Amino acid sequence: MSTPIELSLTELRKSLDGRKFSAVELAKSYLSEIDKQKDLNCFITLEPDKVLAEAEASDKEIAAGRSKSLTGIPIAVKDIISTKGTRTTAASRILENYIPPYDATVVTKLRAAGAVVLGKTNMDEFAMGSSNENSHFGKVKNPWDKERVPGGSSGGSAASVAARIAPASLGTDTGGSIRQPASLCSLVGIKPTYGRVSRYGVVAFASSLDQVGPFARNVRDAAIMTGVISGHDPLDSTSMQLPVPNFEAAISSDLKGVKVGVPKEYFIGGLDKEVETSVRAALSQLTELGAELVEISLPHTEAALSVYYIIAPAEASSNLARYDGVRYGFRTPKPKDLIDLYTSTRGEGFGPEVKRRIMIGAYVLSAGYFDAYYLKAQKVRALIARDFREAFENHCDVIACPASPSTAFKLGEKVSDPLSMYLSDVFTIPVNLAGLPGMSLPCGFDSKKLPIGLQLIGKPFNEEMMFRVAGAYEASTEWHKQRPSN
Amino acid sequence: MLSDEEVRKIARLARVSVTEDEVRHYAGELSSILDYMAKLESVNVAEVEAMTHVHGSSNVFREDKVVPSFSVEQALANVPDRSGQFIRVPLVQEELGE
Repeated sequence: MSTPIELSLTELRKSLDGRKFSAVELAKSYLSEIDKQKDLNCFITLEPDKVLAEAEASDKEIAAGRSKSLTGIPIAVKDIISTKGTRTTAASRILENYIPPYDATVVTKLRAAGAVVLGKTNMDEFAMGSSNENSHFGKVKNPWDKERVPGGSSGGSAASVAARIAPASLGTDTGGSIRQPASLCSLVGIKPTYGRVSRYGVVAFASSLDQVGPFARNVRDAAIMTGVISGHDPLDSTSMQLPVPNFEAAISSDLKGVKVGVPKEYFIGGLDKEVETSVRAALSQLTELGAELVEISLPHTEAALSVYYIIAPAEASSNLARYDGVRYGFRTPKPKDLIDLYTSTRGEGFGPEVKRRIMIGAYVLSAGYFDAYYLKAQKVRALIARDFREAFENHCDVIACPASPSTAFKLGEKVSDPLSMYLSDVFTIPVNLAGLPGMSLPCGFDSKKLPIGLQLIGKPFNEEMMFRVAGAYEASTEWHKQRPSN
Repeated sequence: MLSDEEVRKIARLARVSVTEDEVRHYAGELSSILDYMAKLESVNVAEVEAMTHVHGSSNVFREDKVVPSFSVEQALANVPDRSGQFIRVPLVQEELGE
């Protein structure tokens, strides 16, 4: 008999409604587990009193027969997502005491579905990083091997679900920050199509790339979570007015007729041999389930990293200009004058990676360099999107490839080489540039027992195909049933 | 390779203070990152329109109608140095430079 913390969202719903245990008991179990594993450093802010109060309110709803899909279920939320009355820091000193006066729309939607906010998870500062080593609140450890990174920037959201100290969580993905940690932690991680989920209340990093998405231990849970947070929001002008399909219903066991595109540019140089072996085995498995593999080419793949490291920092330099110590957040203690207020607040308040990216952004947008860098990058971006569009129009229904070029690397291994850190996102970045939906799901382990993820990429607003393929693959394998040994 | 002076200029544009050690450090790091972007030089973008929105949306407007917003208290709750309904900041100097 599994303990409550092992149960899926579907099983939790049944157990809570069937009064096997109460929402308060469930919340207490998770809070106790979080405490036992505090060395992982998954949480920046925990407010047990609030958690228990929300759980109590949930129990009343359940008793009155009014439970919704997530009533009484605690969900961890990445600390880049605003929670009313609860500190939201984006893992930065510059927001270390910021308390939002409003909930992000995704939090409003979680609450409308009855969820309990479990706590605010650790992350790379302002979502800039691929290892969760850039946080003002310390690094996060991978529960599969505590000397290794969980991935980033949503490291805390991934590690908490993998460690069984949260049943599911929300992260954000700008260049891979959900899919890469999902791959390194053996989870299902979803980045919905750009515009599928509202960004209102999400601390902005790169506005044309950011999306919120869930981490879960299985495909069905991920589908449930994606459904809860999706939908047009008038408060986010980039959210699309499209109905939200039933993602759970898309899960199938049969892939007959499905054409899976395999991009040849994703299987060259820099890809770890064991990762390649597992991913290719997964592709074979898809054919066993009825799918047809089609080799495709995405010719501008190699340019994607450069395009991203021009566009994302440029947008970040604009978005982070608001952190000036005037209206909220950290302020330098003894400014000489107004300019010093700005420069010292930002110099002292931002970590090194954030400063690096703000400076790259300022550089590529500055007079004399705008055309050569930013404008060019926007044009190459259009070409990258076109590569995908042509592949989907002519060759395949969904694309499958690795999520990360390697398994979890050691803490400290890449901190002094920013460029090598940036290369961790080489397979995920093109998806954000093209605005497509992407997901990572478990497809194996390497010889060191470190998780490997398979990435699926869908057509715009066609997350259903990804859930169909992922669901079928998961049902025919056992990877998702493994858990880190404590 | 970016010069120290170029790094200082970028830091001024970005309104971020940097120590002399940091200037040297960033010059090296930013240079290798910017070198990497030279990969774009070989990409042919003749006739390509810059992508400003992935799904081609533009100018999403709403009705010009007043809707509830924050109270003054809520809006000023996070101010580091407050004086009534005002935010206190250092004197704005006459000459701010660039």
